[in-house]
Parts: sequence; structure tokens; C-alpha cells
Amino acid sequence: MASRPKLSGLQKQVLSLYRGFLRAARSKGPEERQRIESIVSAEFHQNSKNIDRKNFLQIEYLLRRGKKQLDQLKSPDTVGLSSFRFSQQ
Amino acid sequence: MARVLLRRAAAAAHPQTPSLLHLLRQLSTAASASASASAAPSKPKTFSIYRWDPNNPSQPTLKDYQIDLSDCGPMVLDALIKIKNEVDPTLTFRRSCREGICGSCAMNIDGANGLACLTKIQSGSSNTTVSPLPHMYVIKDLVVDMTNFYNQYKSIEPWLKRKSKIEGGKEVLQSKKDRLKLDGMYECILCACCSTSCPSYWWNPESYLGPAALLHAHRWIADSRDEYTKERLEAINDEFKLYRCHTILNCARACPKGLNPGQQIQKIKTLQITK
Repeated sequence: MASRPKLSGLQKQVLSLYRGFLRAARSKGPEERQRIESIVSAEFHQNSKNIDRKNFLQIEYLLRRGKKQLDQLKSPDTVGLSSFRFSQQ
Repeated sequence: MARVLLRRAAAAAHPQTPSLLHLLRQLSTAASASASASAAPSKPKTFSIYRWDPNNPSQPTLKDYQIDLSDCGPMVLDALIKIKNEVDPTLTFRRSCREGICGSCAMNIDGANGLACLTKIQSGSSNTTVSPLPHMYVIKDLVVDMTNFYNQYKSIEPWLKRKSKIEGGKEVLQSKKDRLKLDGMYECILCACCSTSCPSYWWNPESYLGPAALLHAHRWIADSRDEYTKERLEAINDEFKLYRCHTILNCARACPKGLNPGQQIQKIKTLQITK
């Protein structure tokens, strides 16, 4: 079995944030859970493609924003998550 | 009867005030327009403003904006609003009351923390640098993340706590002398100018409460109506929470309301010894 590459601190933080979202989604209803997971994974995948891995400023900003959103999602008063897209002209 | 009359008077006065204001504003703009047209020559001034957009992955920059001071209000906030209205609508900053009562427009102007609405534009120099509050996470341009600051304020439980039931009326009364003890503390508007100017807070923003939160802690400790004084003192009796204050007193220098948080922290420390 090939050994996994050693992760940097920032990469670990991103993964733990992703894990946090999946865990928070588990506490919501089954349909909502699926929706939250699909939105969250789409967001993470998109950012991992679009953002240069050396752009620490941007990644740290997104981590802070993500942590704030996760705190909101964790609250039992939050029932779901939704997103919308707008075309950039 | 008197009540009805009062209400009528208020209703009558209400529609007048906006029109009066409008008139005044028209007068002032007319005056400034004529002044700039004939007598006063244009007074150009450059504002170097910190810009960073999270949606545009690049390093933060200082962007220069030229403003004609003869056609602009006296305060830095007036210049910022002018720039946003006339030059660059993407400039982002917090503002609300424009008279130093809301604490939204706290920023670093020419190296000193202050409210943009209470800081005069220095007409002597040709350049003013405006940047967000130091050592805070930037959300966009001049807007910073205040979550940690507000959480620290929340942690000192800034509300009246009582052990005994209130006798008689609904209010807890206080003598004039006791009320005077709160002067110099209740005026704080939580703009974060003091905390973000404190070097000690820069190095320990998570564990040290900072001057603003400690000033509010003392506001409730000193309140004669509060019955949890001992518990409050105990809660902040901590090497980091309280004793990271080394009486640098940058807080007193930065406070736009003229308060002295350092002195209030000193009073807490005295109470910790004598309690």
C-alpha cells in the first residue's frame, strides 16, 4: 500500500473543516443532509481547482469564512443550507 | 388632553423637519458650489486606501484617490463617502450614524486608530493613508472581522445580574453618587479602536480580553445594582484575561470618546488585591 503524502497544516485545516461540515450535516434531516453535502462538496471541489495552492491569504480567508458558516450550521435552529448562482457579466 | 395635544404637535412638526433639513442642505451645497466656483481654489488631496477583494485573488494594495477638499465635508468619512459615490463604487467600509455614536467606521487613519466620522481631514499634508484596524482579519477593504471582539465582550456577561428579588417596584434604584461611578465607562460604544491599538492584544487576541471588554467588565463590577461583583472579579482573575495589560495606555490615546480603559483596568487590578 502506497503511503499517503504528508499534509501541510493548512491542508489539514481544510480537511478538518470539510469533515466538520459533513458531521454537522448528519444532525439535519435526511433530504437536507444530502443537499448540504452536495453544496459543500461542490464548493470545496471548485475552490480546490480554482485557487492556487500557494495563495495562503485567500485560503486562510476562506477557512475563516467557512468556520463562521459551520458555526451557524451547527446551531439546531438552522434547518438547512441553500445556495444560488449568478452569472458574471 | 395634553397627550393628544403633544401628539398633534409632534405630527405637525414632523413633516417640517425634513423640508427644513433639505433647505439647509441645499443652502450649504449652494454655498460650497459658489465657493468652489469663484473664491476658493480647488484643494486637491490624495487618499491612499487599503484595498483587498476576497473574490479577486491578489495581494492587498494601497490605491490612491484624488479628492478636491473644497468640495467635500470636513471629516475623513465624508471623503470616503465622496469617493464611493463619485469615483469608485466598489470601495467597501462600514458606516452608519456619521456622528460618533455607533462606532461602525473605526479604522486606522494616518497610523492612528479612530472613527472616520470624528477624524478631521488634515489639510496640511497632501496625503492621508486609510487602512483597516490593525491586527484584525480583513473581510473586504476596510471591513474587519469583529467576531472575536464581540465574543470577548459577551464572555464578561454584560448585563445586570441579581441574587435577591427586587422589592416593591419594577426597577432597581440607584443613588446619584452610585450612578456617577459609571461615568467614563458607560459611554463606550465598542468601536474596537482601543483593543486594536494595544500591542498586548495584538500578541494575545484570543486569550487577553483587551481594553474594551475589560472596561465593560469594570462597568458591571462598579455598578451598585449588580450583586455578582465577587463572581465577576473571580471570572477575570486570570494571568491572560486581565494581567496581559501592561499599562501601555495606547487605549486611552486611541479612544475616540475620550475614555481611559487603562485606568479602569488598573481599578480592577486594585479590586483584585483588596477584595
